[in-house]
Amino acid sequence: MSQQPEQFQNDPMVPPELNNNLFITTLDKLYNWGRKRSMWPMMFGLACCAIEMICVAASRYDLARFGAELMRPSPRQSDLMIVSGTVTKKMVPTIVRLYNQMPEPKYVLSMGACATGGGPFKEGYNVVSGIDKFLPVDVYVPGCPPKPEALLHGFLKLFEKIESQSIRTVPWYRKGEIEAIPVPVLGPDLIDLRRAVEIKEYTQTQVNAAPAPAAEPAHS
Amino acid sequence: MAGKVAAPVAELTGPLAVLKEKFSEALSPGEFEGAVIKNENLVEVAKFMRDDLGYDYLSSVTGVDYPAANEVEVVYHAYSARHGLHNGKPLVFKARAPRDNSVVPSLVSVWPGADFQEREAWDLMGIKFEGHPNLRRILMWEGFAGHPLRKDWHEAYFEQDNKPFDSRWPGGHHTRAEDRVPLADNVAFPPGFDPTDFNSQAETTLVERARSVDVSELGQLVSSDGNGSGSGNGHIADAIQTDHLIVNLGPQHPSTHGVFRMVITLEGETILKLEPVMGYLHRNHEKIGERNTFIQNMPFTDRLDYIASMSNNLGYALAVEKLMKVTPPERAEYIRILMVELTRICNHMWAIGFLLNDLGAFFTPALYAIEERELVLDLFEAASGSRMMCNYMRFGGVARDLPEGWIEKCRDLVFNRLPKATDDLDHFLSENEIIRARCEGVGNLTAEQAVAYSAAGPLLRASGVPYDVRRAEPYSIYDRFDFDVAVRYHGDVYDRYLIRLDEIRQSIRILQQALDQMPGGGEIQAGKKQYQTRVPAGQAYGRVDGPKGELGFYVVSDGNPNPYRYHIRAPSFINLTALGEMCKGQKIADVVIILGSIDIVLGETDR
Repeated sequence: MSQQPEQFQNDPMVPPELNNNLFITTLDKLYNWGRKRSMWPMMFGLACCAIEMICVAASRYDLARFGAELMRPSPRQSDLMIVSGTVTKKMVPTIVRLYNQMPEPKYVLSMGACATGGGPFKEGYNVVSGIDKFLPVDVYVPGCPPKPEALLHGFLKLFEKIESQSIRTVPWYRKGEIEAIPVPVLGPDLIDLRRAVEIKEYTQTQVNAAPAPAAEPAHS
Repeated sequence: MAGKVAAPVAELTGPLAVLKEKFSEALSPGEFEGAVIKNENLVEVAKFMRDDLGYDYLSSVTGVDYPAANEVEVVYHAYSARHGLHNGKPLVFKARAPRDNSVVPSLVSVWPGADFQEREAWDLMGIKFEGHPNLRRILMWEGFAGHPLRKDWHEAYFEQDNKPFDSRWPGGHHTRAEDRVPLADNVAFPPGFDPTDFNSQAETTLVERARSVDVSELGQLVSSDGNGSGSGNGHIADAIQTDHLIVNLGPQHPSTHGVFRMVITLEGETILKLEPVMGYLHRNHEKIGERNTFIQNMPFTDRLDYIASMSNNLGYALAVEKLMKVTPPERAEYIRILMVELTRICNHMWAIGFLLNDLGAFFTPALYAIEERELVLDLFEAASGSRMMCNYMRFGGVARDLPEGWIEKCRDLVFNRLPKATDDLDHFLSENEIIRARCEGVGNLTAEQAVAYSAAGPLLRASGVPYDVRRAEPYSIYDRFDFDVAVRYHGDVYDRYLIRLDEIRQSIRILQQALDQMPGGGEIQAGKKQYQTRVPAGQAYGRVDGPKGELGFYVVSDGNPNPYRYHIRAPSFINLTALGEMCKGQKIADVVIILGSIDIVLGETDR
């Protein structure tokens, strides 16, 4: 064939019968191509958006075209967490725990307004203002709920992100442990343990100051 | 104050007059169509209502907080389901208690269906129900500070009591909620609270309860399975020393239909006790709803049962229309019927598809069901602009008329495609050997139990109670259509599957009639188009027979642009009251299909 790369012609490493069958690429490209075309999402629905997520996996929108139809019920087997719906305070410890259980490389796609910033329910007393308060989010998909096409677009954006990563710099091949995110605790309200000291300082100032009725729960 | 003294005191008539005669001391007429019952007589009067007046079905229990009168109120709506008395009209009664010592006797002993609803009222409103067997928080977690639906309870992000907030309109100087609050997050802690030295109680009581199984039931449960001959109390437990195993399913579990959780105590493979745990999707619909204007709540109802948004729209519209005393024009009524019946079809398709998923037929039947649903969603999108969150109905009509060609598409679907798709499902699934072997006789619920536990919709009708709100208390224009109330008599998972097919067929019948009778044109909205709805003071309970069951909206208005109280009687939530009973003595492998056969949606369960 005429398009055969010239450099193989006299290459002592390449036997003549393989001349037509060689491609040259970078390790990064091969690695990322493999990863992005076999993205296994976790089977994990939270709210309304989960229904659209199921529709994306069904025949009409057919997520299988992008190699991501294999939803895994176990976080140990998943690459991608689609946070599909409202994140509530009661649920967020579970979500963080599941995220910690996922092996690297792992990605988070925040689907819909609620997962992104609390959405229409942001003011609610049991609602977390977006999953990015706890997890690092890779792709945000707007919408309430996003149409299936929008979720597919989110997948494509995630693939773009994967393509831009390099095996030399990705954190999961570097030395040292990747630290787990501390699981939030359900106390009188949701306690983000990373901010425990800050919260303690604040509640102490409340004691010292005059009783602040606005922040104090009215009933026991 | 808030509708408490404004309205005149209503006369006691009909069944209430009978009650008054018998319990003259205990009853006083309220400013609503119903009676206020003294706390000390409540249980006695309730028993009389159930046994002598035929009000065997307690539909809704909820609390209302009146800070100005320093009172909390518990509102009950009871119906006659098995006997079909009183024209399907409710008996509304209330109990009152002071705010700082709000104790009301529990009615779980009279109507077990009050169980979860009373727990919810305790959790969110802080009303103690004396004599409740398990008065713990249900939607929030144990240890949460405060009872959020009290009018003076405010979350960290609280801005103002009613919308539109001054910061948004007309000034428009909105700042992010995070920038307004001290901890830059939607959290508030009691003064002096130390998170570095804290043990959460959220899980402890759950585990304790799961461990504390009544051993006297053990012998009976195991022997009913044919595994032993335990005739006496604890026969097996005496003979063999076994440990109970506590298994936790959910909230993240591939087959729990959303973020629902069950804590199960097992003896071998047999379930001794199942405790549903919910609230993982508690999105505070009611608190937000009391801040929203009436019409602003319409899109929120979409997000309750997000598979059946049109039915939710209708339920809420009916409740508010009762207060406003408006009737939608003819064409709008027909459009509404078309929408809600299409919703029922796609909901049941979905339910059947996912029941089969739970049975292990992983996704193939569901794909067929979803395909039909997609076609219906196309119709919804064409009419309302959105596939799932339709936000289509308005008080006194619908948001916009149907686009051109919609009726033809709908006709094609309803006359040609859906009947065949239903027959296909029936043909391929109903006689399948595995389905029959796994579903028949599993998860039984008798008619008595179903009514006592306030089960609704397909769950109730599959247990042999032909109670359908569309027939019992016809709303909209359901009295014009010729349809049967689907009913099955075994009350097992298989019948719940079959009844969904029956209901799809009945829905198709209604749709076909509606399409034939529908006026070609005309108004779709009663009165002038309004941006701000004025709703007269009063209270109304609007209910529809949604795909999951009886969906009720209890709305109290004090004449302001916002509802004073906005409560949702969610069928998914109340149907779960019976789950523990249905699973007792069953095998652990069947839990998931029993849950699947109830068909819950967590958006509605947790609200």
